[in-house]
Amino acid sequence: MKRTESDSVATDTEFSFETSGSSVEVSRSERLQEFYEEFVYKPGLVAWSDRRTRIGSLIMLVYVLMGTIGVVLYKAPNSNQVERSLQPFQTMEAPLGSTRSGVDVLAMVIHATPEMLLMLLAGGLFATGVAVAIGTLAGYKGGTTDRLLTTFSDIAMSIPGLPLIMVLAIVFNPTNPALIGILITVNYWAGLGRSIRSQVLTLREESYVEASRTMGVSTPRILVKDIIPNIMPYVLVNFANAARYVVFASVGLYYLGILPTSVDNWGLQLDQAYRQAGALTGAGTMYQLIVPMLAIMFIALALILLAQGMDRVFNPRVRTRLAGESESAGGEDTDESSAAEMMT
Amino acid sequence: MNSYYIERIGRAVLTLWLVVTLTFGIIRLLPGGPLVQLRAQLIRQGVDPSEIEGIIETYQNLRPNEPIYVQYVDYVSSLLVGDMGQSFRYGKPVSAIVGDALPWTVFVMVTATLILFAIAIVWGAVMAYKEGSTLDTVSSAVSILFSTVPFYVFAIVLVVLLGYRAGLFPTANRTSPGAMDPYTIEFVVDALHHAILPITSVVVTQAGLQALAMRGNSIQVLGEDYVRVARLRGLSDSRISVRYVARNAILPMYTGFLTLIGFNLGGSVILEEVFTYPGIGYYMFAALEARDYPLMMGVFLIITTALVLAVFVADLTYGKIDPRVETGDSSEAY
Repeated sequence: MKRTESDSVATDTEFSFETSGSSVEVSRSERLQEFYEEFVYKPGLVAWSDRRTRIGSLIMLVYVLMGTIGVVLYKAPNSNQVERSLQPFQTMEAPLGSTRSGVDVLAMVIHATPEMLLMLLAGGLFATGVAVAIGTLAGYKGGTTDRLLTTFSDIAMSIPGLPLIMVLAIVFNPTNPALIGILITVNYWAGLGRSIRSQVLTLREESYVEASRTMGVSTPRILVKDIIPNIMPYVLVNFANAARYVVFASVGLYYLGILPTSVDNWGLQLDQAYRQAGALTGAGTMYQLIVPMLAIMFIALALILLAQGMDRVFNPRVRTRLAGESESAGGEDTDESSAAEMMT
Repeated sequence: MNSYYIERIGRAVLTLWLVVTLTFGIIRLLPGGPLVQLRAQLIRQGVDPSEIEGIIETYQNLRPNEPIYVQYVDYVSSLLVGDMGQSFRYGKPVSAIVGDALPWTVFVMVTATLILFAIAIVWGAVMAYKEGSTLDTVSSAVSILFSTVPFYVFAIVLVVLLGYRAGLFPTANRTSPGAMDPYTIEFVVDALHHAILPITSVVVTQAGLQALAMRGNSIQVLGEDYVRVARLRGLSDSRISVRYVARNAILPMYTGFLTLIGFNLGGSVILEEVFTYPGIGYYMFAALEARDYPLMMGVFLIITTALVLAVFVADLTYGKIDPRVETGDSSEAY
């Protein structure tokens, strides 16, 4: 994500002008400073100003902490590590209760997090990466290239995702979380690629793209410098959506017991609670179902909020205004406030 | 225009052919392969080894000793006449199982998708008209909250609470046991009673995001010049909202509607397992567990065919609904 963010701003006329075309020598520290301003400080400021991004990234941060520090600090799930069938909020040993075989429920949730994060990162990167590559190339090149790539993505789109993943999961039996993430998004990119293509179709007629073309800039360079930055907000929003899909699909597949059980997952917990713990018959074990459900819901909430709030970060006007650099603040303020209203 | 239709038909046929080829290949990649498993099973049942080859042929539609291209031609040609082999687990032809199950899945999923889009369109339009109000803020938040729950998790909650605990709804099967005349009111009511929880779980968890999409579309349309002009012309509000705004806001959701039907048909594998609702998804999962490859591939092919048809219909009808749509090829550019 870091890399893509920087891509998007690299074409900011202001920025590239100062780095490449300036007559003044720019020292390394100045560049670093500028880089920080442009890529970290300003987007961060804008992101923070939006309530949804703020909440979304806070929740996401909790998951990242859970997946990194939490795993080190908190004990790994094992059978008979605590008293059996503890209710939640009874002891500090197992704050969220334990299963019938004495496994700490909280430990199971925490230790499934790193795999889940890896899965959604890999799935999101794969889906958006392939979609961008195919969508931009098809839209920009047109003609035969377009027809071939569009047919290819149409075909990928027409194969039902979940059944395909299930069949592939049986064939390959993947145990690596990153591989599982990629497997889940194996044809998810197709729809996204199609919509990127149609956006590029209009973008390629823009005057600045035409200018680059007449100047003899190579196609890959035009794609990377002129086209991709323009679709970046859209791509990032869809990154979050793809990640949410990975969470839902992987939990579903684990729940059904199709993916190998060697990887911890909240879906396995759901499955155990549903099948073994008697959550159905009402033996007071509902919490075993609710705890992993909450884990799924909050990560999905974080991803939806991030997707909804993210597009603002990439609006350069909002960015400059919030960083206090805009000169014509008056007219824009009304503009932005109405836009902000619209989005909340 | 004609070449457009021909191209679409060609693409649909090409997709189906590729999927058929894919399933043919995957059957050979599956762990142990279909034949090893089946052969072991037959030997265990004490079938005479000399008959095994013949039995395998009827089950799997393939003659293992023939060269691969002959097997392929056999496979494709038997699919063309609707022969998808025989299920090991149920001992019935795959086409019979699928033919029995498919209408139920289509019924549940298409009904659910229709309902959720109807709700989403009205809800989203209301949010857009009341943009910025408390109602808008609250219902946006609600729609986000509902979308954070995967449909099958909500399904589990419904089964546990309303099915097992409260006993209000059946937790398995498509209809109550016992033969019933399918053309009576009781039958329809009974079928609806069984289908209501699966439909609810899809509608509740998916309507929110679609409503937000509709809200976004409507807000965008409301800002268009032609809406402003219509206002200036003094047209009535109801006329503007229905003829100008709603029409243009719903249009982009049409393709989404058909893709969501396809997505939900695929999702039936999980949903029907949770509700023990014997539709095609249920049989696909049963086949996966039993390593019943002919049935698994048959269901996979059927779901794909349904999806290909949905996309095909979307392509063909979209031009009719929105005359502005570009049907020509993109020109060879740079």
